[in-house]
Amino acid sequence: MNNHPSRLSYLTSGIIKENPILILMIGLCPTLATTVTARDGLGMGVAASFVLICSNVVISAIRRLVPDSVRIPIFIIVISTFVTIIDYVMQAYQPDLYRVLGVFVPLIVVNCIILGRAEAFAYHHGIIDSFLDGLGKSIGFGSVLFVMGALRELFGNGTILNYPLLPTAYRTSPMLFAIFPPGAFFLIGLLKALVNKLGWGR
Amino acid sequence: MNNAKIFIAAFLVNNIILMRFIGLCPFFGVSTSISTAVGMSAAVLFVMLLAAWVSWVLYHVLLFPLGLVFLRTAVFILVIASLVQLVEMYLKKYLRNLYSALGIYLPLITTNCAILAVTFFNINYKFNLLQATIFALGTALGFALVIILFATIRERLEDAPISPAFKGYPIAFIGAALVSLAFMGFTALFGIS
Repeated sequence: MNNHPSRLSYLTSGIIKENPILILMIGLCPTLATTVTARDGLGMGVAASFVLICSNVVISAIRRLVPDSVRIPIFIIVISTFVTIIDYVMQAYQPDLYRVLGVFVPLIVVNCIILGRAEAFAYHHGIIDSFLDGLGKSIGFGSVLFVMGALRELFGNGTILNYPLLPTAYRTSPMLFAIFPPGAFFLIGLLKALVNKLGWGR
Repeated sequence: MNNAKIFIAAFLVNNIILMRFIGLCPFFGVSTSISTAVGMSAAVLFVMLLAAWVSWVLYHVLLFPLGLVFLRTAVFILVIASLVQLVEMYLKKYLRNLYSALGIYLPLITTNCAILAVTFFNINYKFNLLQATIFALGTALGFALVIILFATIRERLEDAPISPAFKGYPIAFIGAALVSLAFMGFTALFGIS
């Protein structure tokens, strides 16, 4: 499957060229809210990726059965099913992470990336292509979340994934600004400016 | 927690956009001019109150007594989507003036996570119907305050000499960071958790 150039491009386009956050600027809420630490960002990335990939595959599989006029409510039901699954799985096996992410787990259901891919891609493409598209967009989304979380944790706490990287002197009085809400806006602004400067997505 | 505290917390201390990061898509999408910001805020206020009532009643009358709490995500989002459709049809038929003012913003509200978030917060914080109403009102007004405030800033930014890499979204984010920093001052008051 990887020898087919167009199929591979479904996978890779989501990572940089059509990165959901840095290029398309959608799905901003979880990007800013759940990236206080690298672990939170990663957890949110995995949860949203699970929903995105599963809903892409299911919607693609049922696309010939869904009448055009009621497709959006049906997409929403499919997506909210997977959101409920990940909601309860996280509550059972990752209670600490679930407490931090809080309301943002059920809010995955209104994440524009997932409904957007269902409408723009999965509804018109085969199962394998939709899986690759979902995987690519998930990597693009998850990696930005992880990088944001890692940078905020590094500046705000001196660690990445709880592994101390900066000297103790920094860690005793870190730049708390980074883990507070303004730091998130500031950091995504700088990342977006960097992306513009490098000319990605043009 | 008394009602005034719930209102202030929802309005300023735990502001839905700047402190909770919910509803960022409309925040950056329609804050380009004051008139669109006002239109969007009015539509959000209207739908948020309705959604808060309908979801609260459904949860406490149907889902909770029947042990169907796990269906809440699916039920709430479908309620909001159909509510938006109903409101749109009603306005179109009976209140043409209001429809021409709010019409284009209504479809966008279905995917506005602020509405869904408020319905969840009302359940999570175990509010009664009056508290839920006050919370929804405070949240919607907090949304309006920030989005209109920010629209005035962005109208000025249009003419400002900014380096090309920062034009558009990046400078809007930096601006939001500064406004958010100002709102951090309220956190010392009290909040809802």
